[in-house]
Amino acid sequence: MANMAQAIRMALHYAEKNLELKDVFGQDVGAPLGGVFTATQGLKTAWNAPLDERGIISMAMGIAMTGSRCVAEIQFCDYIFNTMDLLKIAGNTLWCTNGQYNLPMVVMTPVGAGIRGSIYHSHSFDSWASRLQGWKVVMPSNPLDAYGLLLSAIKDPNPVLFLKPKALMRVRGEELIPGEPTSEKELKAMIDAPIGDRSKWKPQWPQVKDYEVPIGKGKITRSGERLTLVSYGRHLLLCNEIADELKQENISIEVIDLRSIYPYDWQMVKESVVKTGRVLFVNEDTEVTNFGEHLVYRVVQELFYHLLARPRVIAAKNVPGIGLHPNLEDATVPQKSEIKNTLLEIINEIP
Amino acid sequence: MAASKKSTSKLKNLPPALMIQIHELMVKSRVLEERLIKIYRAGESYFWIGGPGEEAWGVPLGLLVQKGQGLKYDYLHLHYRCTPTLTAMGMEMKEAIRLMMNRATDPSTGGRNFSGHYCFPKWNVAPVTSPIEVQYSISLGTAHAQKKAGTKRISIVSGGDAGTAEGDFASCLIWASRKNQELPLLITVQNNRWGISTNFEGQHGESQIADRAKAFNIRSRVVNGNDPIESYLALKEEMDYIRSTGKPSFIEAQVSRLYGHSSASGANFIANEIDCIKEFEKKLLDAGMISKKEISHIWKKYEEEGVAMAEEARSEAAPRAESIWDHVYANNENSDWRKF
Ligand SMILES: Cc1ncc(C[n+]2csc(CCOP(=O)(O)OP(=O)(O)O)c2C)c(N)n1
Repeated sequence: MANMAQAIRMALHYAEKNLELKDVFGQDVGAPLGGVFTATQGLKTAWNAPLDERGIISMAMGIAMTGSRCVAEIQFCDYIFNTMDLLKIAGNTLWCTNGQYNLPMVVMTPVGAGIRGSIYHSHSFDSWASRLQGWKVVMPSNPLDAYGLLLSAIKDPNPVLFLKPKALMRVRGEELIPGEPTSEKELKAMIDAPIGDRSKWKPQWPQVKDYEVPIGKGKITRSGERLTLVSYGRHLLLCNEIADELKQENISIEVIDLRSIYPYDWQMVKESVVKTGRVLFVNEDTEVTNFGEHLVYRVVQELFYHLLARPRVIAAKNVPGIGLHPNLEDATVPQKSEIKNTLLEIINEIP
Repeated sequence: MAASKKSTSKLKNLPPALMIQIHELMVKSRVLEERLIKIYRAGESYFWIGGPGEEAWGVPLGLLVQKGQGLKYDYLHLHYRCTPTLTAMGMEMKEAIRLMMNRATDPSTGGRNFSGHYCFPKWNVAPVTSPIEVQYSISLGTAHAQKKAGTKRISIVSGGDAGTAEGDFASCLIWASRKNQELPLLITVQNNRWGISTNFEGQHGESQIADRAKAFNIRSRVVNGNDPIESYLALKEEMDYIRSTGKPSFIEAQVSRLYGHSSASGANFIANEIDCIKEFEKKLLDAGMISKKEISHIWKKYEEEGVAMAEEARSEAAPRAESIWDHVYANNENSDWRKF
């Protein structure tokens, strides 16, 4: 089974071949490296940009203005902050021009902690991104979703931000990407660049097929009755683990992988919360002000009388960075134990 | 001031009909801007900013553009002082007036943005953005797509002198000039020697902004942007160079800022700046190419058009409140989370 980096590569390859994707670019995205997480290895249209994030985003905007499709990468989301007003402009261009210029561009960037990246390689961007009006924002939690969401993003006529949970880039999926060979070894031999001299290397792409994960649609990854646990990206995997563990204790938890942060799948969340009466939102962006708070707000506004306990958010501590030592990182970013304890607290709350 | 011998001789460098056309478009653009200021003064608009003083530069630029939609034509990334260029490209007065009066009929923004923030996809005119200088880096993208498409078309970007302090200006020089990956981009700076109130010396250590392009091996020159003939010839030469080589070129045009920065600084006529239209009219009169009567007829014609257009725009519909949700996403896809 492909890992997420391979899945992204295959999606980009599919798009180059079938969706008129003409440019994939960013720092170290082209040969020989193919991206610091290898997500762009072997692609025909991948090229190296100067070390200039603002230049990368605005280049993408100009390309998109001509109607041409591109995927731009910001090497780590920690370095996207100096492009904030460009992201704002990319998101407001259609609106400001009263519908005349749409920007069909995709920006992908690795996000989050989990690789001991310390202060400038552990940032999150999902809550910030949820305030970039005019953008769609997605974040996969497994390779197949990464493949399907990226193809949907490339086809979308709007700017789409594709957040890659960097801690999951090497994690293999449980499902095959349509067209992917069944053997991991075989796939690796086909599309992973060799170590050392790559000047003569060419990938052998498998015949991957079209596959879409529609933007705005979540997925129930564990169905249950007692509580709704909503997450995305890396923390979704923790939530699944917790649900599996609690199942052994006969506590049934419903887990929703939101997959799209904006637009988000309210109908799925709503139905689940109506059923369970209890909800916990989990993500690793900082807690003040967090996208999960918006979801809690909405739960309170629309589902108040269905609730059996206070809805809650678990997010990263509101501190300026994520420290390198594991004690520091773990104290900042939501850990499994914290999620589990809170979840049990909510379940045991008596209305 | 009588026309100097040097510039009189330059008169011969352009066909007479073209010079008459340039003059008329310069007047049209000026009258339009003055009408926009009057609309602002009458309290019928919230803000004015525009390009009176830049006609001798902007009109030749507009005439030289290969205009149309898509990669087979030039792209323009303009800033908020480019009324002369758009007038020369064929923008009608009423289109600027509708933008000024934020009518629903405003073709650029539908009443959503300031005066001068033009947008005309039919001519590849990218939306003018308020953040200064981002147009410089965005223009790289259209130039890149043009190069890739193999057309001999170019992207053109313009902005002010103070804005060259922004990083996006540096981005533009860096990305446009990479060895063997040069972009077909005409980079222009209209130097009126002012930011809002910060003067040239208050920000610049370099003698000429054009010198900065030299460091990137970008061909560059400085022109007297108050002289339409010099502007026209320089622009033509540089555009031909870019079309034939696929490489960028840089022009710094020295221009006047005739009504101050914007309505924020009063929008009053500043008499000690060179008025390029008055200068050009003297030259044309001296050369016997136009009469005083013809000149006053042109001014009057556009005055009347401006008044009539303002009356028309006044009676047109304002944008509807519900329309705030329109065009957040392409095809008016739902953007209101309350409706997800
Ligand atoms: C990024 C940004 N910062 C500040 C402003 C406010 N502002 C508007 S115009 C202007 C001065 C621009 O001067 P210059 O680039 O020389 O252009 P000019 O208006 O003189 O043509 C400033 C500071 C802005 N629009 N954008």
